[in-house]
Amino acid sequence: MDTRDLISILPLLVLAGWACLLLLIDLFVPRDRKSITAILAAIGISVALVINLMQLGEVRQAFNGMIVLDGFASLLITLFLAVGLIAIAQAYDYIKRRGIERGEYYSLLLFTLCGMLLMATAGDLIVVFLALELLSIPLYVLAGFARPQLESEEAAIKYFLLGAFASGFVVYGIALIFGATGTTALDGIVASFAATQENPVLLLVGSGMILVGLGFKVAVVPFHMWTPDVYHGAPTAVTAFMSVGAKAGGFAALLRVFLAAFPELSAAWAPMAMWIAALTMAWGNIAAIAQKNIKRMLAYSSIAHAGYILMALPAAANPTVAPEALRAVLFYLFGYAITNLGAWGVVVAMEKAEGGGLAIEDYSGLSNRRPGFALAMALFMLSLTGMPPTVGFIGKFYIFRAVIDADLIWLALVGVITSLISAYYYLRVIVVMYMRSGEPETRSESWLNATVWLTGLGTIVFGIVPGPLLALASQSWLSSLVP
Amino acid sequence: MSFSEVLQGGSLFAYAPLIIAFPLLGLLINMIFGRRLGERAVGIIASSAVGLSFVIAILQFFALSTHPEGTSVPIADWITIGQLAVPWSLKVDTLSVTMMLMVTGVSALIHVYAIGYMHEDVRFQGDPGRFTRFFVFFNLFVATMMVLVTADNFLMMFVGWEGVGLCSYLLIGFWFEKGEDGIGNAIAGKKAFITNRIGDFGFLIAMFLIFGAVGSLQFADVFHWAHEHGLENVDVITAITLFLLLGATGKSAQIPLFVWLPDAMAGPTPVSALIHAATMVTAGIYMIARNQALYDVAGLSSNLVALIGAATALFAATIAVGQFDIKRVLAYSTISQLGFMLAAVGVGAQVAGMFHLVTHAFFKALLFLSAGSVIQGIEHGHHHLEHVGANPGGGEAFDPNDMRNMGGLRSKMKITFWVYLIGALALSGIFPLAGFWSKDEILADANHESIVIFLLLTVAAFFTAFYMGRQILMVFFGQPRSEAAKHAPENPPVMTVPLILLAVGAILGGVLNLPGMHTLTDWLEHTLHVHVTEFNPVVAGLSTLLALLAIGIAWFVYGRQPMGKGSPDPLRRMLGPIFVGMENKWWVDELYQFLIVRPYIALADVLADVIDWRFWHDWFHDTVLARTFREGTRWLNDAFDLRVIDGIANGLGNLTQAISGRMRFLQTGYVRNYALSFLVGVLLVLSYFIFGSS
Repeated sequence: MDTRDLISILPLLVLAGWACLLLLIDLFVPRDRKSITAILAAIGISVALVINLMQLGEVRQAFNGMIVLDGFASLLITLFLAVGLIAIAQAYDYIKRRGIERGEYYSLLLFTLCGMLLMATAGDLIVVFLALELLSIPLYVLAGFARPQLESEEAAIKYFLLGAFASGFVVYGIALIFGATGTTALDGIVASFAATQENPVLLLVGSGMILVGLGFKVAVVPFHMWTPDVYHGAPTAVTAFMSVGAKAGGFAALLRVFLAAFPELSAAWAPMAMWIAALTMAWGNIAAIAQKNIKRMLAYSSIAHAGYILMALPAAANPTVAPEALRAVLFYLFGYAITNLGAWGVVVAMEKAEGGGLAIEDYSGLSNRRPGFALAMALFMLSLTGMPPTVGFIGKFYIFRAVIDADLIWLALVGVITSLISAYYYLRVIVVMYMRSGEPETRSESWLNATVWLTGLGTIVFGIVPGPLLALASQSWLSSLVP
Repeated sequence: MSFSEVLQGGSLFAYAPLIIAFPLLGLLINMIFGRRLGERAVGIIASSAVGLSFVIAILQFFALSTHPEGTSVPIADWITIGQLAVPWSLKVDTLSVTMMLMVTGVSALIHVYAIGYMHEDVRFQGDPGRFTRFFVFFNLFVATMMVLVTADNFLMMFVGWEGVGLCSYLLIGFWFEKGEDGIGNAIAGKKAFITNRIGDFGFLIAMFLIFGAVGSLQFADVFHWAHEHGLENVDVITAITLFLLLGATGKSAQIPLFVWLPDAMAGPTPVSALIHAATMVTAGIYMIARNQALYDVAGLSSNLVALIGAATALFAATIAVGQFDIKRVLAYSTISQLGFMLAAVGVGAQVAGMFHLVTHAFFKALLFLSAGSVIQGIEHGHHHLEHVGANPGGGEAFDPNDMRNMGGLRSKMKITFWVYLIGALALSGIFPLAGFWSKDEILADANHESIVIFLLLTVAAFFTAFYMGRQILMVFFGQPRSEAAKHAPENPPVMTVPLILLAVGAILGGVLNLPGMHTLTDWLEHTLHVHVTEFNPVVAGLSTLLALLAIGIAWFVYGRQPMGKGSPDPLRRMLGPIFVGMENKWWVDELYQFLIVRPYIALADVLADVIDWRFWHDWFHDTVLARTFREGTRWLNDAFDLRVIDGIANGLGNLTQAISGRMRFLQTGYVRNYALSFLVGVLLVLSYFIFGSS
């Protein structure tokens, strides 16, 4: 270990140190002034963000290859930290209003972010597992943060039990892989297998288990069952953060592990990922139609979107399409983060004290009450459907194109048809907001409003001018794929 | 660095984007803060935004004077998808700068005029809050027009093309709740929009063809291709140019798509002057001039362009003779004059066309604004009468635009009269006003190229002078034919000063391209293929004679014995059915209604009612799909789910029961069930990994 190693994980170090420090500082912050903690947390994230932006474009390994810093990692870290900032802004007044303003909320958020950062830079299966746990455990706590409310506690317990179950598979998978190849380093696995071709079944089973474990994290069918219940029960601000951050973190690991460590096995996992993607898109979108609660609806929507993102994995199995598919995924993750955070922001604003205001019917007449919010929400819904000129359209366009270029026409067809189905429930929100009369109660909290405006602007701007972000995404390579 | 060094370096080109930015800034300020700023500030901000654009246009002019080859100022990479790359850069060359100067210059004057005009108009119409909205739209128009003019490729031009179309629509329907039956203005806006869509369709198809043939939408690439491979691809280029021509007939109101322009006069008068006379409608001419390289190759298309232009020139001029609405006369006159320009670019006289485009912008804007001044004068008179308690309209709706309600305004509105007279004489082509030079250059070129075109245009010129003579005599001479006209006052300087400036332009505009000097020809030479048109004294003499003769006849009919109150148009007696035809616009609207609109609506009715509703909804959806689905789910539920699944479940114990329970209720809420489905998923994945892939 030398200084360069430490510099490579400097954002992570800052964040982790800051989170620990924050726990201490919070002891001295008076009970009614916990917003100080929020602002301190935001400062910590900003510092990490600045450091990360300064490292943008660097490619190097640290800690003997356990940590890989490359364009892919840097860009995702940027995403995670930005999501963290928005999450703090959305929680700022919300947790006050719900009466659950406790300082550790922000520390937990920072710990989760650490997990995500580690996830993006992991170069070793052990680090992947470490990151997974670091990401998950604070999230379990956050999901139950609204204790002693039953729904929130239930969500936390469910999430925890199933998460532990999934982690078990991951760790078992890692053990099997170690058994097969004698290493847990991502590049070591490739080298070892290429050299010996030994123990393919062990390796296959191991990789299958990792697929399962990470598939749980990103909520793909059939490992999605927890999603609606947890999203529904968790405090809405946590759900917003979870639906974007944890998903992106899971995909970061999924892409790196499968493209860097198991390229030889793509004959097995590519068709599987394809089926899972198709099933997820179909299941998520069809089940969402029946939902009457907006949090559950968005939960199924997030399942469906996991399917769209997963489509890129089988496409990336084809080496000629891999750069295009990776670029598409990165762009999609950004677009999805912007849009989804915005939509959840509106949900946060609409939520009433005792968990009321969450039925889709409660949005009746929003266009009269808060025309700006209704317009923003309409934009988010259009973007989630994938209609131009929003960022969601561009994201889907590039994903579908990568899939078609990889000759998986039928998968693209499933994607298009399920997008069509999804219009039904997304547009219903717009219909309710604009064509039904009602007097919905909304909150106007400046930080929350700012996130909605910002994401709304992003949704439309990146939908019209996707060029810069796309260029950034196409420069962000997985270092193992650099030709 | 001295100014001349700046010029040498060509660095002034870098300021070109500001020409779009200023109006955008103006409209943003007015849009956001407009209500707090008050009318005066809104007007000043909007006008100075356009004024600054004009300054930028002048800077570009200076930059071109040392670098006449022009340049392309890149702004952004807009679209890059596979083979298609469309950057957004501003084309600054002599052709586009000519348009920039004309558009921003005339716009600035009309903006100033509109401060005064809209101040009165919003009060007359009873909604002062709309003052700001007007200037926001007006600035938006200038910005989009600049996008169109500075486009470096077909797609960007199309963006501007659609943008100005949108502004036109918004401004025609500015008083959308007014007009005939409270919906007339909205219908006029819709008509303009839909008619233009047909033209836009042509433009789009042309663009697709170009991309298919050339693989690029950049002007430079396309023209280079036409130059190199034009002769092998005459068929494609002919198709492209014909579709572009369809686009031009929509935007520039030519046969067969001219019908929207007269109705567009429903917009406030500054809109008619700026958008529907001086600038937007010339976009089609500009587009065809810009695509000279393509039209040079396609002889058939060029001939058709010339023929359509000349035919429109004559056809619209005859209609103008039979109109009574002061703005409608000018609208048909605009269509006719646009026909002149189109004919000019059709016979290969791009310079003459652009020359007439510029001079026409001056005198037609002048005429419209003066007409606005007249209308507002009449409205004031009308208002004044209502105020003093007289009942001027006799119970009927009073139309301040109807020339039959005017007369004798010469002495009431002196400045308006003189500038109107200057505009009318310039339009009629009387020496030495601007219209004389530009129209004669077109006629001389037409004479050189085609006798048919020349004859059509000459007759059209005769009618032009006649209807302008008729208008002047009806409006300003004789005795007032209504009480309102008796009390019409002159308007304030904020309106008359722009009129005077435009009148100066209408008088001196000819110096742009005097015979023997060819300033404009030399200027455009850097962008287009040009030829010097020799001054043809026979043509000039003939057209001047005809114009004077026409004015004489007009005097004979309308001046010698002025029209009395309520008496019919004396021409009706002389021409009989021909005048009825002119008055009814040769029933073109009715013809379109009969041939296109009504069959279309009938078809839409059939599609909506029979195909969509009865067949698709009632039969296919309700009967076939819904019933099948209902029956199917009932069967699944009763026969399959309840009997088969439950049967198995009961038989196989708790495990299977849990699975079937999951299938029925999807989301039980029990963690054990979730974990079970998880496990099933794991087993499926792993079995596939082990057995499926080898």
